[in-house]
Order: sequence, then C-alpha cells, then structure tokens
Amino acid sequence: MIAHSVFFYIFSLIAIVSAVMVTVSKNTVHSVFFLILDFISISCLFIMIGAEFLGMIMLIVYVGAVAVLFLFVVMMLNVAEQKGQWFSSRWDGGTHIPVGLLVSLIIFFELIIVIGGWKYKPDLLNSLSINISKEVTNTRSIGNVLYTDYILLFQISGMILLVAMIGAIVLTYRERAGVKRQSYVKQISRERDEGVDLVEAERNKGVKIDA
Amino acid sequence: MLSIGLGHYLTLAAIIFTIGVVGIFLNRKNVIVILMSIELILLAVNINLVAFSIFINDLSGQIFTLFILTVAAAEAAIGLAIIVVYFRNSDTIRVEEIKNLKG
Repeated sequence: MIAHSVFFYIFSLIAIVSAVMVTVSKNTVHSVFFLILDFISISCLFIMIGAEFLGMIMLIVYVGAVAVLFLFVVMMLNVAEQKGQWFSSRWDGGTHIPVGLLVSLIIFFELIIVIGGWKYKPDLLNSLSINISKEVTNTRSIGNVLYTDYILLFQISGMILLVAMIGAIVLTYRERAGVKRQSYVKQISRERDEGVDLVEAERNKGVKIDA
Repeated sequence: MLSIGLGHYLTLAAIIFTIGVVGIFLNRKNVIVILMSIELILLAVNINLVAFSIFINDLSGQIFTLFILTVAAAEAAIGLAIIVVYFRNSDTIRVEEIKNLKG
C-alpha cells in the first residue's frame, strides 16, 4: 500500500511537471519530449491501478504514433527555435494573459470543488453495466466486451480513423510542376494501335525505330 | 494521504486539465504547442474515465477511453495536416502572426 502511494506520487509529480514544461519550454522539440514523458508516466499510473491494456495502448498510440507525428511536423516545418518566448515576447498591453489565467484558475477550482463535494449516488452501484471480474485479465475482459456489445462503436471509430487518414492526405497533397509521374489512366487506356506497329522488315537493312 | 483513492486521481486529472487550458490561453509561440495542450486535456479526461472505471468496478470507462484515444489520434493527424498546409501558404505558424481571423 505504501509502495503504491509512493509510486503514485512520483509518477503524478513527473506528469504534472512535464505537463507544465510542455506549455512553458522555449523549444518546441523539448515540449514534444516532455509530452512523451507525460504520456509515459500517465500510462505507468494506468498500469498501476489495473488498466494494463489501456496503459500499453497509450504507450503505443501516443508515444509511438502521435508524439512521433508531432516531432516529425516540428522538424519538417523548422519551427523549433522561436524568437518570442512564452509571456515575455512583446507584452502589448493586451488583456488576454490575465484573463486567461483568471479563467483557468476558475476552471481549476470548479473541478476541485466538484471532486471535494462528490459522493456516490446511492443507486450508482446498482446501475453497473459491465463488472470487472478478478479472474479474467484486463485485456481479455475488454476484448470480451469490445467485440460484442460495442462492435458498432468500434467500427465507427475505425471509420473515423479512415476519414482522418484520407483528410490528412487530401489536405497535404499538392501537385508539383516538373515532376514526372505515372499516369495510370493513360497507361491503361492505351489501344493496340498506338502501342504496336507492324513493320515489314527488309532483308539486311533492319528497322529504324525512331523514324 | 497514504492510501490512494479516487480523489487523488481526479485531482491529478484536474491539475493536468488546467495546465492544458492555461497552455491554450497563454500560448504565444506556435500552433503546434496548442495542439499539444489539447492532447493534455484529452489525457486528463482519460485519467478521469479510467480512475472511475477502476474505482466503481465498471469496465465501460475503459472502453470509452479507447474511443477517446481514437478520436485524439484522428484529431492530431488532421490538426497537424492543417498546420502543414498553413505553413506552406503563409510561412509562419506563430500565434501572433496568424491574423486571418480577426479577434
């Protein structure tokens, strides 16, 4: 129990500090690295409280795909070093920083108040939909539910990923001038007449190809 | 203090959520950091869902976390594509210099 709480505090401290560093650090590449650290420590927390499958999926999806995508875009756009830093760049007397801080403080206190005053509704425990059983592993129990009760949602999320993929490709596609490309339509729609030429070859003279 | 309950996880999620909101409000660098803040907010939501799922002993929270993960990945891909296109068109993604939308 002690070890559990100690590890909880360590991981959550790392998560909070790295979340702050994501927003504060001057170099965008550094913020991506801190984002990765944040995801890793949160997935450690997930594994600790018994959601192993989600912890591992978080590692694969966020660290393996999303963070690498961020890193790739940051490096491709060459925007890592920015002149203006957080807060200090050209304070133009705008009110958005104090107002933003105020609004976020209010949001934070609202969340804390909700947590502090939160209690189980008396009939909440009766409205359980899917119990977690102790005998079956986490991955197996998720699989049991995900491919049966939630199959439609699962397929819809697949469609969302497909649409996102197509959208990303369509958005970033551009036609470049002066690049030779294959034209499938042209290749497929060639007739025999344009492709093949029957020539009567004379003896000892051959055929001139580039005539 | 020593036994970790639901409140601890919810507080952690609240802190990370607020950091994400602050990151969106106060950002003056580039739009990519705003996208990262959105990822932080979604992460906080995921923490909430998983913590409730474990402490109420109900699996639906983890299922929904999976779907949120899917949507977050799709959103990151689309957002980064939009940023790449914007950078190609106007050579900057600094928040201060994006002034096409007034306000």
